[in-house]
Amino acid sequence: MSDPSIETVGMDSLIVRLFDSIDEENMPWMLAADRALREAFGEALIDLVPSYTTLLVHYDIQRLDLQAARARVSEALKGLAPATSGEGQRHVIPVWYDVSVGPELERIAECLGVNHEDVIARHCARDYSVFALGFAPGYAFMGRLDDALATPRLKTPRQKVVAGSVAIAERQTAVYPTLSPGGWNIIGRTAVALFGRDREGYSLFRPGDKVRFEAISRDAFIAQGGDPSPLAERGDTPTEAQT
Amino acid sequence: MKGLIVERAGPLALIQDGGRFGVRHLGVTQGGAADWVSLGWANWLLGNAPQAPGVEITVGGLTLYAETSVTLALTGADLGATLDDEPLTPGSRFTVAAGQRLAFESPRAGLRAYLAFPGGLDAAPVLGSVASTVRESLGGLDGQGRVLTEGDCLTWAGTAGAERTLPSSMGTLPGDGERVMLALVSGAQIADFSGTSVFEAFNTPWQIDQRADRMGVRLTGSELRYLGEGMVSEGIPLGAVQVPADGQPIILLNDRQTIGGYPRLGALTPLACARLAQCQPGTEVWLTPVAAGQARDAHLHQLACWR
Repeated sequence: MSDPSIETVGMDSLIVRLFDSIDEENMPWMLAADRALREAFGEALIDLVPSYTTLLVHYDIQRLDLQAARARVSEALKGLAPATSGEGQRHVIPVWYDVSVGPELERIAECLGVNHEDVIARHCARDYSVFALGFAPGYAFMGRLDDALATPRLKTPRQKVVAGSVAIAERQTAVYPTLSPGGWNIIGRTAVALFGRDREGYSLFRPGDKVRFEAISRDAFIAQGGDPSPLAERGDTPTEAQT
Repeated sequence: MKGLIVERAGPLALIQDGGRFGVRHLGVTQGGAADWVSLGWANWLLGNAPQAPGVEITVGGLTLYAETSVTLALTGADLGATLDDEPLTPGSRFTVAAGQRLAFESPRAGLRAYLAFPGGLDAAPVLGSVASTVRESLGGLDGQGRVLTEGDCLTWAGTAGAERTLPSSMGTLPGDGERVMLALVSGAQIADFSGTSVFEAFNTPWQIDQRADRMGVRLTGSELRYLGEGMVSEGIPLGAVQVPADGQPIILLNDRQTIGGYPRLGALTPLACARLAQCQPGTEVWLTPVAAGQARDAHLHQLACWR
């Protein structure tokens, strides 16, 4: 970890910058900083939003002024030690990979010059780290993807991507928790619910968790309560530039 | 239970409170009244907590039929409100008798009106708030974030407090011919914009674009140039002024995404966000720098008005 910087970003918010680039190795430090900041701010914390390399601290200005907030951050980061590995949860997510529910499976296989099974095998071959949550409730940005699978986002996002859609973009992968618009390449679908108001902690995935995908059959997917309706909209051609 | 029945829903009427906090790390947006100051005053008029649930009426077009008598408070935009065809002045409390109709037409000044109810509107909080976020299917009357719809019944949780009258000069609407100044706390990334751009940001007028909603408001004007490197997505505060590649700023409001990767000049103060929420497309606005400490003082002063 480089020397953290504390940046003012608004009347009541600071950004704590721990790293400059996305890396799985960041996560133990990010988890430790998350915990330390929550402890240091206690009741004075309104929201703490970790992302790949930073944490946004939204504090209560009725309790703290800017100087006091900065002092709490400095105090929290003093002697910070990375969280021990295995602290995050491990998840295995069963996925029905099929062009009917994951149309871009086709194009990615073509680009690679391999068959669908090879793409699926590569997607299932490694543990992914949850880097950050954002975009929608419970939407987890995970990586790093096998270089060979890296694919630009769709030029025109779909209006409707159904819940459970398993997606890839650049060197990241994700699952859409609810029906939403989306510009990522869809390769399959899971029946696992990712976000629920009745779930303890609401979101299945948390930053620092490890996720592995496991290919299952259509029958198994349906048996798990999955909806096998095809994804209506076809994806367009990918963009050249990263969006 | 008897209440106010939605006879005509209009384009966008939403149940809002102060917002949903403590869950933004899960990707859940803040939500809440875009003009939280007007909601605060409406609640104050009835003796409620400042951010008690009420209705945010954008643009107008809403008609409510009273099944029972109730005292309400109305603040924010002038949307041509009438009670049985008699004009109502925003910034007041009034009693609706059973059988009367409260109707909103179209904006005469401002964009969003706020209607407060005795003890606050009755709705079950979801993730700690009743704020309706349509995109996330959270909050509102049904818990699913749905906008108010014909046939909905609005009920309330208590009784109105003692009569109160609004102090003068409390509003978020600009006076006639008054320049709309939006206070901005500079962020560290402002150093990565060209010197000319920083000058122009604060010394040239900006127009409110048509592309404006509860997620964000796009401004058009001078092209701002960011000279820094590409960014990794990071948490976004309320009012963040982000500048995408076209150089035209977008001010992110209550329903913004929780993280994002565009460079930022800084963030409008929450008070400035409330004023921005009342600006119709085409309005000219000016950004003005303010120190975080000064912004805090002004904010605390606003909160103190409601104690």
